[in-house]
Amino acid sequence: MLITALKTPDEIRASAGAKTVIISCEGCKEVHFPEAEALALYQELKDSGNALKVIRTEYVCSPENLTVQTKKHLDLIESADTLVVFSCGVGVQSVSEKFAKKPVFAGCDTIPLPGYQGVTPLEVDCDQCGECYLNSTGGICPIASCSKSLVNGQCGGCKDGKCEVDKEMDCAWERIYKRLEKLELLENMKYPAKLRNFAP
Amino acid sequence: MRISELFAKGEFVLTAEVGPPKGFNLDHLLHEAEEFLQDIHAINVTDCQSSVMRLSSLATCKALKDKGLNSIYQLTCRDRNRIALQSDLLAAAYFGIDNMLALTGDHTVMGDTKQAKPVFDLDSVSLLHCVKTLESGFDIAGNELDGDPPKFTKGAVVSPCSDSVDVQLAKMERKVEAGAEYFQTQAVYDSEKFIRFMEKAKQFKIPVQLGVIIPKNAGMANFMNNNIAGVSIPAWVIEELKADKEKTKAGITGVEIVAKIIKECREHCQGVHIMALGWESKVPALLEQSGLK
Ligand code: SF4
Ligand code: SF4
Repeated sequence: MLITALKTPDEIRASAGAKTVIISCEGCKEVHFPEAEALALYQELKDSGNALKVIRTEYVCSPENLTVQTKKHLDLIESADTLVVFSCGVGVQSVSEKFAKKPVFAGCDTIPLPGYQGVTPLEVDCDQCGECYLNSTGGICPIASCSKSLVNGQCGGCKDGKCEVDKEMDCAWERIYKRLEKLELLENMKYPAKLRNFAP
Repeated sequence: MRISELFAKGEFVLTAEVGPPKGFNLDHLLHEAEEFLQDIHAINVTDCQSSVMRLSSLATCKALKDKGLNSIYQLTCRDRNRIALQSDLLAAAYFGIDNMLALTGDHTVMGDTKQAKPVFDLDSVSLLHCVKTLESGFDIAGNELDGDPPKFTKGAVVSPCSDSVDVQLAKMERKVEAGAEYFQTQAVYDSEKFIRFMEKAKQFKIPVQLGVIIPKNAGMANFMNNNIAGVSIPAWVIEELKADKEKTKAGITGVEIVAKIIKECREHCQGVHIMALGWESKVPALLEQSGLK
């Protein structure tokens, strides 16, 4: 069970590029997805010519399922400059893994609630932190993938690209930097100091 | 005294680091500081370094101050949430400690109390932001402070020889944005790498102190090379440490190596930060050989 909340329309409009493909995950439907608002936003982006396509689908968190669901839209996705994903943090991360060459943005924040999310794949994780950071971090979760859940960049403990806590584990911030560099989006990392909100 | 005043005057600022004991007898630490660190502008006090439980950094800074020695209060985000960090910063201000250095801190599993909860409510960047907010007369929750706001010279660290140097520079920029007024670096053994780093770091127009560790023997150098993030030791250093074991044991070789690095880097930085790691007694010789005394 999980709850997602839409990011503000302004934030969503700002992340959508001139040619956006929207992926709307409606798998965990029972869980409060703000459908009416989302549909209105999709329509707005379509009308303004920014959204090439809205792919309404489900369980994008599962890489296998995501492959099946996006198969017939690959050309469109290829021609898009950004992908905006309306799903929980796991879904956004699965999409950004699969389409690693495309800037992928989250349209939702994932709110904490006990239980599990969708069909959680093993490679990525979301801690339902309440303010999804994936838009600043190239679609890689700093909360679940960094041993200290740092939201302002790499600590001093990274050696040879590995985390100080576990030499087998890639440093999340190293991955974030490399991905943003490849996407030419390093500017995204220049946000003011962030403080996490732990209030329930 | 705030070390920002020294940087502003164009002084080449010398700092050295001491680690509090696992216990509450500070006699040895204070004696060594008075004996060997008199020519140092400010003494950094580590905050449970390497996640090993020790006497607090704040109490040690106060004890140094009582002896007339200027200190830098190191503060990590590993053990305290934002309430405790702000409270301790106000305590530091009360004691008249006016230099601080913000660190994220090592993870708890790196130390001697692995079961402890790693806090990391804030990190180095948000802690700097937090200090700046206190200085504006408000706490981080937006509540007004009672009386005069505290004022610190705010420092941070950076690893110039890290294999992820671009990632480190990106973080450095964030620290500058958040209020860092000076930087101390991780130990440097490769002057060329440091100079290349400074070419890029210059753009921030913030003083940078070259970090140095006097190597005690080849084993320690190899260990640091393999295990300490951001430290890379060239082969010549290890060769020299191996060449004459007695000379190395006496600390002469280590001091020579570091003095050479300081001389090579001096015109590219604004000060030196010495991490003596128990070899405080070698600091006067190092300053002399580096031409800093
Ligand atoms: S930042 Fe990570 S933990 Fe937070 S909602 Fe996004 S994916 Fe989940
Ligand atoms: S090394 Fe990387 S992943 Fe590990 S705690 Fe530091 S920033 Fe996070």
